[in-house]
Amino acid sequence: MADVAIVGAGQTAFSRNCGVSIRELAFDAFQESLEGLDITTSDIDASIICSAPEYDKQRSPAGLISEYLELTPKPSFYVETVCSSSSTGLRIAWSLVKAGLHKVVAVIGFQKMSELSSRDAAERMGRGADIIWESPFGLTMPAGYAMYARAHMDKYGTTEEHLAKVRVKNSHYGATNPKANYRKELSLEDIMGSDMITSPLKKFDCCANADGASCVIVARGDVAKGITDIPIWVMGLGAATDTMTMAGRKLLTGLECAQEAAKQAYKMAGVKPQDIDVAEVHDCFTVSEILAYEDLGFAKPGEGTGLIEDKATYVDGKIPVNVDGGLLSKGHPIGATGGSQIRTIVRQLRGQATEAQVKGAEIGLVHNIGGIGQYGNVTILRR
Amino acid sequence: MGFENFGTVSFTTEARVADFITYLEQGKVMATRCPKCGVSYFPPKADCPSCLSGEVEWFEVKGKGKLATYTIVNYGPSGFENDAPYILALGEFEGGLQIMARLSKDIAPEDIKAGMSLVVVPLKRPEGRISYEFKKG
Repeated sequence: MADVAIVGAGQTAFSRNCGVSIRELAFDAFQESLEGLDITTSDIDASIICSAPEYDKQRSPAGLISEYLELTPKPSFYVETVCSSSSTGLRIAWSLVKAGLHKVVAVIGFQKMSELSSRDAAERMGRGADIIWESPFGLTMPAGYAMYARAHMDKYGTTEEHLAKVRVKNSHYGATNPKANYRKELSLEDIMGSDMITSPLKKFDCCANADGASCVIVARGDVAKGITDIPIWVMGLGAATDTMTMAGRKLLTGLECAQEAAKQAYKMAGVKPQDIDVAEVHDCFTVSEILAYEDLGFAKPGEGTGLIEDKATYVDGKIPVNVDGGLLSKGHPIGATGGSQIRTIVRQLRGQATEAQVKGAEIGLVHNIGGIGQYGNVTILRR
Repeated sequence: MGFENFGTVSFTTEARVADFITYLEQGKVMATRCPKCGVSYFPPKADCPSCLSGEVEWFEVKGKGKLATYTIVNYGPSGFENDAPYILALGEFEGGLQIMARLSKDIAPEDIKAGMSLVVVPLKRPEGRISYEFKKG
């Protein structure tokens, strides 16, 4: 089953203003992904370039990045599912390898959001909603997730403090992650006292825009064993799509695209939620992490807050989640985020995490969501 | 006429469902229904992918709905700066139709409660723009 492996994973530091071009960002991630591998650029058979195009000044970045990394004349193309673009890239890389078209594929995600003002970035995020029916009301990503948060609070008694505690945890781990943009530890008071952005989400409930790139190298099993001593096997892949409109959502207390993707990934991997040793989940907002606990089956619906209350998602807890600081600490350069999450799990499973290492982790999970729950991607990896 | 004057900022104009705006000008918020298979659509669709018919019919969203969820947006994106704060909400209406719109300015934030009764009504905005919003039902 698991005859496709990840052999390398790298990322740049995520920052507010990187001061370099997207091709150079991509190079830095590419360079780190190849560290220690018995492979050169010419061994890469194809590249998949992932970003959210509305933030890009460069049209058709696949050609540009492929030239800069000297991947020509190998095929290169572009995929997009907003914030989960590079998880979608991994899915396609897996398929290309599995189908026998290529032996080694690079999945490169990037975003340079500092080229836009944050209001312009928010306008583009607004156009990530249905532009006829919902964008004209001023719907943004935080507002969409805030409506999920409110519904969760009304149904299950979730509080703003529960949400803040997710940030307390993630800021704790983010403080020691050299790749993270936000490296200050935040107290519950800091978070609770921050500006209300879109109720009930405050400033510190939200991740920040960032610049950055990530790169994941995927290889056929037999080839992988020759490239690295510790291949990380792709055990399960799940992907699902929900409605573009908020109006079309049947469930407001969880993301159905994540639930469906998780179901597929667990089935393919032949594992259950309790088998997962470490997880990276898409905490674009604090509430998103609580929803993820439930959508992934780490907690029953409505009981996700119990995990953060009990510190069960800390590094020595029952199911450590986002012990690299998550998107909340690292920042969220849209197209690079999925690859960064994958990199963290690869390092955890190899026992190479420098921030906080989960002891003896063998099975890891990545949950990467595009838009306001439009695209759900769950990936299960094994040492 | 299309969607050029719809909402605070409109991003596109042409659509087969542009009659929605004509009805809105006449004071009606409309949805569509496929007469063949009976499926209702909000936002309205001009086509029915369930049975591949293009012969949908319009009907008015009437009656009272319930507030499903909401958020008070304090920072609007570009083009929406002057609207903030505004309240985005989802309302559930008869026949399983769910609608996203803003809550009317005449509803005070402290009066908002999950499950509260709502109606959806057209809203004429300054400079000839038009939208719809939720009022207390």
